[in-house]
Amino acid sequence: MSDALADWKPDVLGVEGRVLPVVTAPAAVLSREGAEVDPADPEIVQLAADLVATMRVSPGCVGLAAPQVGVGAQVFVVDVTQHPKTATSHGTFVLCNARVVEASRWRPGREGCMSVPDLTGDVKRAGRVVVEGVLPGTGEAVRLTTDAFEARALQHEIDHCAGKLFLDRVAGAHAVYQRKVYL
Amino acid sequence: MNELAITVIGPDRTGIIADVSAALAGVGANLSDSTMTRLRGHFAMTLICTGPAAEDVEKALEPLSDLLATVRAVEPEADGAARGEPYLVSVHGADRLGIVAAVTRVVAEAGGNITDLTTRLTGPLYVLIAEVDLPRGTADDLAVRLAEAAGELGVEVTLRRAESDVL
Repeated sequence: MSDALADWKPDVLGVEGRVLPVVTAPAAVLSREGAEVDPADPEIVQLAADLVATMRVSPGCVGLAAPQVGVGAQVFVVDVTQHPKTATSHGTFVLCNARVVEASRWRPGREGCMSVPDLTGDVKRAGRVVVEGVLPGTGEAVRLTTDAFEARALQHEIDHCAGKLFLDRVAGAHAVYQRKVYL
Repeated sequence: MNELAITVIGPDRTGIIADVSAALAGVGANLSDSTMTRLRGHFAMTLICTGPAAEDVEKALEPLSDLLATVRAVEPEADGAARGEPYLVSVHGADRLGIVAAVTRVVAEAGGNITDLTTRLTGPLYVLIAEVDLPRGTADDLAVRLAEAAGELGVEVTLRRAESDVL
């Protein structure tokens, strides 16, 4: 099953991704559980391509979930290849209906989110996870094991698909920070 | 030995803490617990000091005319040991009047004691994070009541156990 991910490229979706506007909290769609999707549905394939395209034009963006573009669905894209905290990376990939099935090595880390643009927060996440989901288009099942920053990104995006923001998991009253802007 | 509760607030600038703590040290006021933070461009300090009489501290802070200070003698109180179980409440949603009042009322009615609370308003988004000591066995009931209150306010709320890893 892991080979399916190794061979996966956004091109296999076969449709042009559109750059969609990113919605920000307190948009209701961000706090509702996304629907499970049919990965073969052409609308979902288009959504997958749109998520990739929107992530690509957003500086520093390492992942984007469907609720963040206003769609209440369990679909997200992740790409942590350029991030310095990355250890294991599976490149760019889109998963549908994903679940964390194993989680260990919990540790705190600072997170931001395009849908909460002015704040960051300290959130404890598993440093090693096993995630299962299906690929858009083919519907092929994927089970991937990863760690470090990719594990954090996956948990953050799977949370989005469940209607959760990092604000729902911050570690304490002093664990939310105004995002610094250095010009 | 006098124990003093002191608050200082003023428009943020470089050197507020240095100025205030120098004035306190100058009259022999020993700083114990404090929080000092910036709130929307204002710098706010809340501190407990021991040492001199309240009037001496007021006089020492007077020259800092851009800062509003209050000094009050208080009875010494030790930090009570937490009696319940540590929980965290997160609330976020569109800003409106009365979010803090409604949420903290629900917590109080459940016998929960809020030990720390921060709010942030960024654009239209209001965020509240509270650390709460809850009587044992009351969390599930409180979660239901918080969800009801959040529903009425049109905001999102989560109640979860706070982790305290001892290393």
